[in-house]
Amino acid sequence: MKHVTEFRDPVAARAVLSRIAETTEAIGATREKPLHIMEICGGHTHAIFRYGLDKLVHDGIEFIHGPGCPVCVLPMARVDECVEIAERPEVIMTTFGDAMRVPGTRKSLMQAKAAGADIRMVYSPLDALELARRNPGREVVFFGLGFETTTPSTALAIQQAAREGLANFSVFCNHITVPEPIRALLDDPHMVLDGFIGPGHVSMVIGTHAYDFIARDCGKPIVVAGFEPLDLLQALLMVLEQIRDGRAAVENQYARVVPEHGNPASLAAIADVYERRPSFEWRGLGEIDASGLRIRPAYAAFDAEEKFGIGYAAGPRSVPEPEGCACGQVMTGRIKPTACPQFGTGCTPEMPLGALMVSSEGACAAYWQYGGARAAEPA
Amino acid sequence: MCLGIPGQIVAITDAARMMALADISGVRREVNVACVIEDDIAALIGAWVLIHVGFAMARIDEDEAAKTLRALHDLGEAQDELDAMAEGRRALEAQP
Amino acid sequence: MTAAARPGGLRDTRVTLSHGGGGRAMRDLIETVFAAAFDPPGMEDQARLTDAALAEPGARLALTTDSFVVTPLEFPGGDIGTLAVCGTVNDLAVGGALPRWLSAAFIIEEGTEIALLRRIVASMAAEADRAGIRIVTGDTKVVGRGAADGLFVTTTGVGVIPPGRNLEAALIRPGDVAIVNGVLGDHGATILAARGDLALSSDIRSDCQALGHLMEAAVAAAPDIRAARDATRGGLASALNEMAQAAGMGIEIDEAALPLRPEVVGMCEILGLDPLYLANEGTLVLFVPETQADAALAALRARPEGCGAVAIGRAVADHPGQVRMRTAFGGARIVDMLVGEQLPRIC
Repeated sequence: MKHVTEFRDPVAARAVLSRIAETTEAIGATREKPLHIMEICGGHTHAIFRYGLDKLVHDGIEFIHGPGCPVCVLPMARVDECVEIAERPEVIMTTFGDAMRVPGTRKSLMQAKAAGADIRMVYSPLDALELARRNPGREVVFFGLGFETTTPSTALAIQQAAREGLANFSVFCNHITVPEPIRALLDDPHMVLDGFIGPGHVSMVIGTHAYDFIARDCGKPIVVAGFEPLDLLQALLMVLEQIRDGRAAVENQYARVVPEHGNPASLAAIADVYERRPSFEWRGLGEIDASGLRIRPAYAAFDAEEKFGIGYAAGPRSVPEPEGCACGQVMTGRIKPTACPQFGTGCTPEMPLGALMVSSEGACAAYWQYGGARAAEPA
Repeated sequence: MCLGIPGQIVAITDAARMMALADISGVRREVNVACVIEDDIAALIGAWVLIHVGFAMARIDEDEAAKTLRALHDLGEAQDELDAMAEGRRALEAQP
Repeated sequence: MTAAARPGGLRDTRVTLSHGGGGRAMRDLIETVFAAAFDPPGMEDQARLTDAALAEPGARLALTTDSFVVTPLEFPGGDIGTLAVCGTVNDLAVGGALPRWLSAAFIIEEGTEIALLRRIVASMAAEADRAGIRIVTGDTKVVGRGAADGLFVTTTGVGVIPPGRNLEAALIRPGDVAIVNGVLGDHGATILAARGDLALSSDIRSDCQALGHLMEAAVAAAPDIRAARDATRGGLASALNEMAQAAGMGIEIDEAALPLRPEVVGMCEILGLDPLYLANEGTLVLFVPETQADAALAALRARPEGCGAVAIGRAVADHPGQVRMRTAFGGARIVDMLVGEQLPRIC
């Protein structure tokens, strides 16, 4: 596959790995006193485990798995609200597969489907639009999830629905943004992070300047990275070189996809359809100011919260996290998944308690699936 | 977050709705190209784009891709030289 | 046996509840649609079986039963009928049995097109012919609209295990070589695309094929084959995990050696799926002593069902019950059993 295979070349990896090892040693980091590098994006977490990168890099590097998995940070109250909408007889709820197993207080979408709700997995908001065209007698709702990468797709779908006058289409909007939680993490005095690997696909939409505050105000290096293993290793090396040289800058390893100023058409669609909520709740992190988006009044006809009188439209309500769930501490890098008392006992992929065990991008599920928990030694 | 995969635009299917057919390793899917049109939609044919949830979200910059690969390649060459030097040193030290 | 439809009283184009009522309409349906696939035609309610292989001292009977549900009923490379015959044959073959007889029960949803049934039955007959198994008895039931998804098929297969042949995972030893007969994941990817709701198209076809003759060729060339499994639902990963657990052995596979079509890789990249967990319907995994691995590979490659055969890994004494993979990138990871079903994801 062009633009993929060449970034998975194990021979090229050897050189990057040994350069990473040299640089780590030059910095003086060791297994006992490691550098803490946060990959913000859940896609990076997944790639690290899929390719076994955590075991390939020098043991003076410790990856901290950041909050960049939209499914993992979705609060229970929003899952409950989605289920509530889905259970209405006139509704066809459409969702990405990722959200199907996320537990709500009553049930997950998967369980709601089994109980009779009409819930369908789609690959794209475009597929939800098509369902709305084909089912004029039904209300087709799209469960809008995701960071800035995904936000333009639902914005464009809403614009298209408006152009076509597709009155039976709406979006239950849970879109969130990356920079705000990072700022919240950096403001936390307990946080010890030495550098960041920045989210590649979010950045192709918003550009790289959105992270200027990380380098300028907080003095931490950040390198925006692609998703193939060589991309990640090269970005890690670039972070380490900044640390070694005492620099803190925003750098771009993924220039083949990420333009400095982002994608103007995507940004225009987001600005046209969405506005910031005063605050939005993140599972494990609590309410974060200006971190969520809602549909502008001009497009209220396509806002499922307005249409069904649910969610933030009906006044915010929070649901406490399940007893003993340490997702919040894992997500902020305070503890490793294996240090959670529920890991592997009260919380497994079969019966997830917290969201980090649900999504394949969740740190806990990745630890479980790829054996970070059970196999210390590589095969 | 945000699974994205490179694909090549092979046909325009609906210019008014800005829809095109993308080929991803032999799998074809209709995608929206609103975010990557520069002037003429037909000019997209043959272009490599990054696809996420049925939308082409960025054009892949072939020059930048080549640059990144060259940087990786150079690292490899530098490493080979270092390895060769280390090998030479060991050989010298091993001599009686 | 002839698959050609005989003129009968069946004039409907769709199955109605009266075709399940036990009267003339049911008899017409069975005679014009199903009897063609059955051998001998005009079957009794029970089949009476004789076979020379059974008479050999030490020969054993093998019995398997399976249900088949698939949406859509017809897909590139096969249909529910080929799936039912191949699945049954393969269950028998991987246990070392010569597939001999098959029974099939059909649960038909009211409204199903009779032309569709005819096509499915014809492909069952053709597949059974190729695989050398006889469909000797069957049953039909019709259920109301919504009570089934078009058509469900349940089969029972009977085979004969020749004297002295014993294939089971418990016989696997450290160092034994794991071999697959060809590319992985084609069936799962085909069904995903054929369902249409993801709007993906490709030229991938299901690998649906009967493996009885291939197994015989492999056993002839490598008589000490330890065990075999067909890697159906849950894909190669599940088959290997089952074998590792049954054998009390570890299994190590090499990602770079796994045979995958670019289109299947592409589909997996788009949907965030792992091809190791995609279903196959004509893929087997064999464990063979190292000294016979080359002979087994050559025998597999000599037949069309095995032309893509490769060694993918081996059994090890370490980490019993666990499957590990050396990634193509040089790392290592555990390949676990799948939790639930693999869902397409965007993150």
